[in-house]
Amino acid sequence: MYHSIVLVKQVPDTANITGNVMQEDGTVNRSKLPAVFNHEDKVALEIALQIKDTYGGTVTAITMGPPRASDILRECLYMGADRVYLISDRKFAGADTLATSYVLSEAIKKIGTFDFIFAGRQAIDGDTAQVGPQTAEKLQIPQITYVEEIRSVENGTVTAKRKIDGGFEIIRCALPVLLTVVKDTAEPRSFKAKRVMTYKGARSLMEIEKLVEGNSLLSVDALVHEYESRSLFIKTLTMDDLHLDLVRCGVHGSPTKVYKVESVVLNSGEHEHVEPTKAGIGKLIDKLMEDHILG
Amino acid sequence: MQNFFLDNSDVLFHFKKLDLRDIVAIAENDYAEAKEFPDAPVNYDDAMENYKKVLEVVGDLAANRVAPRAAAVDHEGVMLQNGTVSYASGTQKSLHELAQADLMGMILPRKYGGMNFPFTIYIMAVEIIARADASLMNLFGLQDIGDTIRKFGNEQQRQEFLPKFSTGEYTGAMALTEPDAGSDLQSVKLQAYQNQDGAWFLRGVKRFITNGNGEVLLVLARSEAGTKDGRGLSLFVCNGSDGVKVRRIENKLGIHGSPTCELQFNDTPAQLIGSRKFGLIKYVLDLMYRARMGVSAQALGISQAAYEEALRYARDRVQFGKAIYALPAVSNMLIEMRVALEVNRSLLYYTAQAVDRKEKIEELVEKLREEGKPFSEQTVELKQATKIANLLTPITKYVLAESANRMAYDALQIHGGTGYMKEFRVERLARDARITNIYEGTSQMQIVAAAGTVMNDILHDYFDAKEAQTYRSGFSRLVECLKEIRLLFYDALKYVVEKKDTTFQDIAAKDLVELYSYLIIGYLILDDAEIDQRKVFIANRYILGALAKARSNVESIKSGVFSDILHADKILCGQ
Repeated sequence: MYHSIVLVKQVPDTANITGNVMQEDGTVNRSKLPAVFNHEDKVALEIALQIKDTYGGTVTAITMGPPRASDILRECLYMGADRVYLISDRKFAGADTLATSYVLSEAIKKIGTFDFIFAGRQAIDGDTAQVGPQTAEKLQIPQITYVEEIRSVENGTVTAKRKIDGGFEIIRCALPVLLTVVKDTAEPRSFKAKRVMTYKGARSLMEIEKLVEGNSLLSVDALVHEYESRSLFIKTLTMDDLHLDLVRCGVHGSPTKVYKVESVVLNSGEHEHVEPTKAGIGKLIDKLMEDHILG
Repeated sequence: MQNFFLDNSDVLFHFKKLDLRDIVAIAENDYAEAKEFPDAPVNYDDAMENYKKVLEVVGDLAANRVAPRAAAVDHEGVMLQNGTVSYASGTQKSLHELAQADLMGMILPRKYGGMNFPFTIYIMAVEIIARADASLMNLFGLQDIGDTIRKFGNEQQRQEFLPKFSTGEYTGAMALTEPDAGSDLQSVKLQAYQNQDGAWFLRGVKRFITNGNGEVLLVLARSEAGTKDGRGLSLFVCNGSDGVKVRRIENKLGIHGSPTCELQFNDTPAQLIGSRKFGLIKYVLDLMYRARMGVSAQALGISQAAYEEALRYARDRVQFGKAIYALPAVSNMLIEMRVALEVNRSLLYYTAQAVDRKEKIEELVEKLREEGKPFSEQTVELKQATKIANLLTPITKYVLAESANRMAYDALQIHGGTGYMKEFRVERLARDARITNIYEGTSQMQIVAAAGTVMNDILHDYFDAKEAQTYRSGFSRLVECLKEIRLLFYDALKYVVEKKDTTFQDIAAKDLVELYSYLIIGYLILDDAEIDQRKVFIANRYILGALAKARSNVESIKSGVFSDILHADKILCGQ
């Protein structure tokens, strides 16, 4: 039996970028993009669920993000996660990877013991691939990044195949461990119809607060209690719930400053026509080898 | 992300239009199920929300997993090796995913692991799956088999089989057809006999059995030795792995992903379903009605896919300096297809709701009877609901299956020579469509099934009410057209009845049923046009076209063109 925690993130759907999404300064207008579940994080959740299917245990998904990130937590429930946590507070806003991993690691300490932490290799908005590794460091546990296959889990160890430039490595590591996975590691399962019906009404603290707004007959505490009793409360951790150092959170805790964003379009300077014949292709191969692109 | 539910505005239109309030209230036992099951709805709106969300799951699976595999499934087909049938690898994956998503027991009760969905919603899911891969529908659409065991089996049988249908561990098959008993099921020969302890065994051969390799087989067999007709047949359930041999699988024109088996029953142990002698006359007829709806939804799914292929190709293909989409001959064909697609959908979901209503009232009557409460009011309601469902089902199957063939044919035509090539999806669709007007009762059998009720004009009062209804002023021409079609129908009917010639009646039945179908569909599409401005185009083309066809139907009947049937031998064999 293994307990897994999965780090998930809601990201702008960069696969569906349309004309008015890119702003003149080269940045993305997030409000124009639909928000989606970062695909590699979904793969991470799938791996955790497979471990649960095989060995038993639990799967807990956590995300740090704005209130609307509850959407992907519901999706985690639809896929089979046992518990989900939303870590959200205005004070966490503007966090870079350092501040994010700090808050995540503190939240994980609060959530409890685990055997595995899974995360996607990177999120498609930032592309840093740093949050997973930094979280492992802060929790002082080993990490295996770029995992493309879990070979086995036995005797308190995991054996995984990780992608490296030009090949792969097989690594065995003692639990608990953090693993980041790449997109080909597994195909995320579909939502389960019964879980969709069961959890479609799951709500986080902020969503419940919104329900209460402007309705003096409702109280947040009573509603939270009611949602909890129906197992429909998305556990929500705010600044007050975690023992955090304010200067390490959000903008204050983020040394990364974006100096400038440039929209770079690479134009090919010249082109060469290759005849679609055996001789033509032969020449192309020779040229590529000459330039050390091939071979 | 593509989604075959959310991207289809017409399916969404019909979903929004559904009126399942009574049906769901009965099925959910006035929402008492919610106390026991966390996935059960707490009220009607919640139920509709559930159906919508689950259809989104179906639409996602269909678009992103099933559809991309369909070409490979068609190419790979099924295999029989050492008596074991294996599905194409894409089919295996899709079945696994459908089961993992809880979608294999949609209409089964929750206590057997199902989701207790209305039949109508299930039919919508069948259409969505068929659009992605028609052959997968043959396996996904076998959920009726579990439902038949639920309806007519005993509690022990329900507990034995249903939970495993729900999890997808079991798939089923309906073993009805035999080499000498196709449309004529009364002549089924497969023998059912009992040993001294009263246990049943099956011996004989079944042919053309879809998914005959399934784990659970429903078998129609002759339990009354010496009888010759349908009254000597009973329905049995048996385990496919226990004394049933798959002798061969057919090499078919289409639906390659679905295995069609010849089965040999070698003293196979079986259990009787329900009562002896009711096999064909009650249980199979009941099952057939629902199976025909499944095939209708399959036909519609194929039609949708064919239309999309045709539209896409017509827009991309440039000839004479412009996309062929802009050529009137082509755009007219596309409009014909689109109109057929939309009116067929109106008919399908109207009929599905009629079937749902009939089934749920049946359940209610049963429940009231058990509770010792009065149910005479519901019995009257049930009688009427049954009549309507029994009329609409064969008409739907006839119209949708013929139409799917027409649409696949036209879609291929629009592709020109390209469409004749295996590389293009439309080639597969044309082959897959071809079975829909053959199996679960040929089109000719659907005419037979509908003819009696059509000739009795059982929708007389309904049409009266429709004629009295006030429509938007702009619709007066269409309303008049429908009134004229009705008069044409009565004219033709009178002619046929007065002729008192059964041979003539058999031939004229097709025209009569078609005339009646124009009226049914015509009023449905007019109602749709009342809600949605865009549908006015659809109603206009359908109803005007129907009037032209109606005149031709009547002309065929009255012109004496069929009188040469008496000379068939001379014409056909020169004798």
